[in-house]
Amino acid sequence: MSDHNTTANKAIKDFLAEAEEIADQLGSELADLADMADSGELNPDLLNSIFRGAHSLKGLAGMFGFNEISELSHNMENLLDWLRLGKLNLDPALISVLFVSHELLTTLVRSVSEGGTAGHAEEIADCIARINACLSPPEKTGGGSPLEQLGLPERLIGALTEYEEHRLLDNIKKNKIIYSVHTSFELTSFDQELAQISDLLKTCGEVISTLPSVGSNMETHIDFDILFGTATQYEELVKLIESDKISVTLLGGATPPPAAKVVVQPPKIEVQPEPRQPDVKLAIKQADAASPTPIPPAPVGGDDTQSSKSMSRTVRVDIGKLDELMNIVGELVLAHSSISAIANQMRSEGFSRIAIDLGKAAKGLERKLSDLQKGVMEIRMIPVGQLYEKMSRIVRKISREQGKKVELKFYGADTELDKLIVEDISDPMMHIIRNAIDHGIESPEKRLAAQKDEKGVIKISSYQKGNHVVIEVEDDGAGIDIDKVKSKALQKGLIQDASALSERDALDLLFLPGFSTADKVSEVSGRGVGMDVVKNNIAAVSGMVDIESRKGEGSRFIITLPITLAIIKALVIECSGRTYAIPITSVLESLLLTDNDIKTVERKEVIQLRETTLPLLRLENFFRINRQVERPDEFYVVVVGIAEKRLGIVVDDLLGQQDIVIKSIGEAFKRFPGISGAADLGDQRTILVLDVGGMTNEAMRSGN
Amino acid sequence: MSTKTILIADDSRAMRAMLTSTIESLANNYNIVEASSGFEALRLLPREKVDLILTDINMPDINGLEFISYLRNNPNYKHIPVIIISTEGGQHDIDRGKLIGANEYVIKPFDPADLQKIILKYLN
Repeated sequence: MSDHNTTANKAIKDFLAEAEEIADQLGSELADLADMADSGELNPDLLNSIFRGAHSLKGLAGMFGFNEISELSHNMENLLDWLRLGKLNLDPALISVLFVSHELLTTLVRSVSEGGTAGHAEEIADCIARINACLSPPEKTGGGSPLEQLGLPERLIGALTEYEEHRLLDNIKKNKIIYSVHTSFELTSFDQELAQISDLLKTCGEVISTLPSVGSNMETHIDFDILFGTATQYEELVKLIESDKISVTLLGGATPPPAAKVVVQPPKIEVQPEPRQPDVKLAIKQADAASPTPIPPAPVGGDDTQSSKSMSRTVRVDIGKLDELMNIVGELVLAHSSISAIANQMRSEGFSRIAIDLGKAAKGLERKLSDLQKGVMEIRMIPVGQLYEKMSRIVRKISREQGKKVELKFYGADTELDKLIVEDISDPMMHIIRNAIDHGIESPEKRLAAQKDEKGVIKISSYQKGNHVVIEVEDDGAGIDIDKVKSKALQKGLIQDASALSERDALDLLFLPGFSTADKVSEVSGRGVGMDVVKNNIAAVSGMVDIESRKGEGSRFIITLPITLAIIKALVIECSGRTYAIPITSVLESLLLTDNDIKTVERKEVIQLRETTLPLLRLENFFRINRQVERPDEFYVVVVGIAEKRLGIVVDDLLGQQDIVIKSIGEAFKRFPGISGAADLGDQRTILVLDVGGMTNEAMRSGN
Repeated sequence: MSTKTILIADDSRAMRAMLTSTIESLANNYNIVEASSGFEALRLLPREKVDLILTDINMPDINGLEFISYLRNNPNYKHIPVIIISTEGGQHDIDRGKLIGANEYVIKPFDPADLQKIILKYLN
């Protein structure tokens, strides 16, 4: 029974994971389509991809018993099918129907995860009615006679889907030349080579279909006949392809076949006699399959080639498995630490030769371990750009809703971050961007009046800075009104006196719980949240967020994140007999000081560090520890900083650097300030890891 | 009796999982090979001795019809029974599939028990 339940649950999870993915992709592709409709040029590949999305969702939902989703996607699919078959024109009304349908679809998929799709019946009926209103009775297509003129082998025609047939007819109608491009590749590598040639062809025309066929070297090779429509002339095309593995045949088209015969092999006709133009070469020729020469990499469209290649070489892995792997690596690292410790101990106890050998072996192990660690870490890394697609969708949607013109610019999309971090900052970033459009970017009229371009710009840039990744969200809108912020904070009782507040501190008020300058609660994917949640979410992945703003010129949100959360180097310190770890990424330097170096300013302990005054924090005070050990005369100050904030943590001793694996200490301690987790030191000792960001905030708040 | 191998070609992960569990609940210890695209299926064929193929039609690289057309023209794979599993349920689609060489055409959504019967028909 329970077994059956788990199977059913797993099936629903499978369904949801994929349905959400499809819905996401549909959304961004629809946005692209809308952009394209604005410019008047429709990309058949994009349209087809959207169609395929709706189609897959229909089949999937039907299979898993989500009939509402299946029904709605079925209707969307119909509409898209008409569009891609050229029976309908893409006009703004149609786009808006598609957007509405997609939104409802997303809602339905989400409601599956929240318990059920009931209660949307009316909306679905409305939506379907709107879709059907777009579908006028179909016109009969003209019997497919142009296809016969091409004299395609029956085998090829039979394998064309209705859509491919339509694309072929459309190409003929547009007076494109139709070629059959025959290739022969080794079975082991055909997909990459085929992708290369397809990408190359796509630079100058449309790949209509790709039919695999059996060539002379059946056991080792696979042949393909690519049906290709283009305006490019025969010689040019042959020159472009330049490979002896590929031969091009002109099929009956609008233009007469060229006289020049570039392909060396004589054409071998293998098609039964059929009515056709007499001078057209019909057959699909046998390419020289034996030749081992690889085709040259595509000279143009390098990026496209790259991406399609990397897609086919990607493996999907459950992040849980990577976590497990990372844990094991972490434990290996600890095991290595104990071996090193034993080697040291042996040396000090006089087993020198064996100790040295063991030490050497441990060193070798350490190197390999660090490679392994780096490798596993790299697997977890994904480009921040994956977030951007989602962002651009949101931006287009919201700006459309609000009648604002917004251009989104991305920089540094390939900056890499731990996958979990990327996932966790998706929501906060979305909120920041939403805010930027809601409150930052002005309406086109206001912008023109302020002598700005009527189109607002939101710039999202990411880059690596040491062991951190910085993501900046910058808008060129109205900026944040500091006075408004102050008066709001006073009104809400968050502060008593605003006069002493610096601009920077005033901006920090935005992050206080209960603060919102919005007149209405803003909605981010259905949840009304404030900036405090944004800050907490970012802090949960050991990140920080800062605001800079200039009135009239715009605002900038700066998010600073650690590259990974998995294994980190830490400075192990001691204070009052207790041991703690500080992530090395936030340690700037450490100083050896005596009591004389400490000054007191406004009842706060500070030291003079070069030109600046550095506030100090005593760990024992922060954690309210009763000192059992006498405070040493000489002590250390660990200077930590994240983003622009600096703090000196006073500790008794530095014990050294070590790799640690941060483990969660559970929900109970999650809200405890200053602690981000626990770590195993490898000698059966477990210590707490300090959350420098949290401590800095806490210190600034209580202190200033 | 040697273990029979079934190749599933479908670009939907959830669909493949669903088909796999449908086959596994037959408890006949079939060897299941999954391909997420037509290309992957083509690459798997020479490596596995496949006894039955379940394929989707709408796949990203080559479609199911093109895949079957290849099978039927290759003496090595000609004999392998192919079951199309597709959302397209029109007579035109079914005719097309059968014409190109599919043995069966199953329309999504289907009753797993029906599919199981068809699978057994070809593997016994």
